[in-house]
Amino acid sequence: MCTTCGCGDEGGTRISNLAGELQTPGQGHLHSHTDEHGRTYTHEHSHGHAENHDHADSNGHADGHHHAAPATETIVLEQNLLAKNDLLAATNRGWLAGRGVRAFNVMSSPGAGKTTLLVRTLTELGGRLDAGVIEGDQETSLDADRIRATGRPVIQINTGAGCHLDADMLRHGLDALSPEPGSTVFIENVGNLVCPALFDLGETAKVVIVSVTEGDDKPQKYPHMFMAADLVIVNKSDLLPYVDFDVDECLRRIRQINPRAEFLTLSATTGEGLAAWYGWLDGATSQAAAPTSGTARSVPLTGALTKAH
Amino acid sequence: MHELSITQGLVDAVLDRTGERTVTAVNLKIGPLSGVLVDAVRFCFDVAAAGTPLAGARLQIDEPRGRGRCRSCQDEFTLSDLILLCPCGSADVEVLSGRELMLMSVEVA
Repeated sequence: MCTTCGCGDEGGTRISNLAGELQTPGQGHLHSHTDEHGRTYTHEHSHGHAENHDHADSNGHADGHHHAAPATETIVLEQNLLAKNDLLAATNRGWLAGRGVRAFNVMSSPGAGKTTLLVRTLTELGGRLDAGVIEGDQETSLDADRIRATGRPVIQINTGAGCHLDADMLRHGLDALSPEPGSTVFIENVGNLVCPALFDLGETAKVVIVSVTEGDDKPQKYPHMFMAADLVIVNKSDLLPYVDFDVDECLRRIRQINPRAEFLTLSATTGEGLAAWYGWLDGATSQAAAPTSGTARSVPLTGALTKAH
Repeated sequence: MHELSITQGLVDAVLDRTGERTVTAVNLKIGPLSGVLVDAVRFCFDVAAAGTPLAGARLQIDEPRGRGRCRSCQDEFTLSDLILLCPCGSADVEVLSGRELMLMSVEVA
């Protein structure tokens, strides 16, 4: 393990190009280790405590003895521990908004059906949805290969030991993907219901998928993830007859944690309920696309799909 | 283990302000509803601080209690997790404290 930052291995995070060739950005680490510490902070005190000196009057000791130990200075910071990521996320958000690009951060536990849903969505919508994908996995480009087979542009980010994507990784992913103005970017986060919840990427919306084989108590077991969600999708509805999963109970548990989240039930395998998902995408994409007139699609996806079926 | 990247961010944030001065103590405030485990941050800090002016610094973590206020009955009560449910049965609860994830101050030599 790297002892500078604790990240997984020598390679650190790797990002593929559009052709699927993995590359290691920068000096082997995506996040920069600051070498030049800009000394721009301001001192509250004019003296630097560089030498031991007499604190007889100020230290409160009545006898006025000399302190031999070096004095310490307290620097008040009072900033959020995620401030750096949040700043980068805000930069991403501005970058995306400026181009009218919608980015959906898709999160779930491993195997809930993120890639299957994306593959089906891209295949069915085809040219009606101008979309690219940024795939996040610890290792392999298996998911990116599945997306690439649909003919849509895809970038694979391998986080190595990392358990989530952060705003800096998305920045590099967007640079590599270079999405068209007015297009949509799906970000498939690392399969994990814990860590990705805390990292704002600058996305337009967070989509959380829970599959019926996981159990309807997931929202309460992983409240941070469901609290952050804008849309919760219950996937694998075709398996409902075979598992002990109560959709209404799941919705009730989500509502307890997050009253504002939207909620859809579908099966990415059979296609049941997908029209509602496309409708959501249409609403979400139209809203975000509004500022960039001329680049956004004019045909509603749901209408186009209804005609296609 | 998101605590590792958060702790790395903490070390970077401190170094941005303190440069090469030796940091002797770091004061954090981490609430029980923040999604960050205090023990994991302590575990990661030694690794993240190694080889920097923060190496060996004392990590002091203030852990405020989670508090919520019910918008239905106006009662205030302790929140031990993010299941926002008032004893009166209402789930319309405002989190007053417990989500803190703050770098408060550092002490430098």
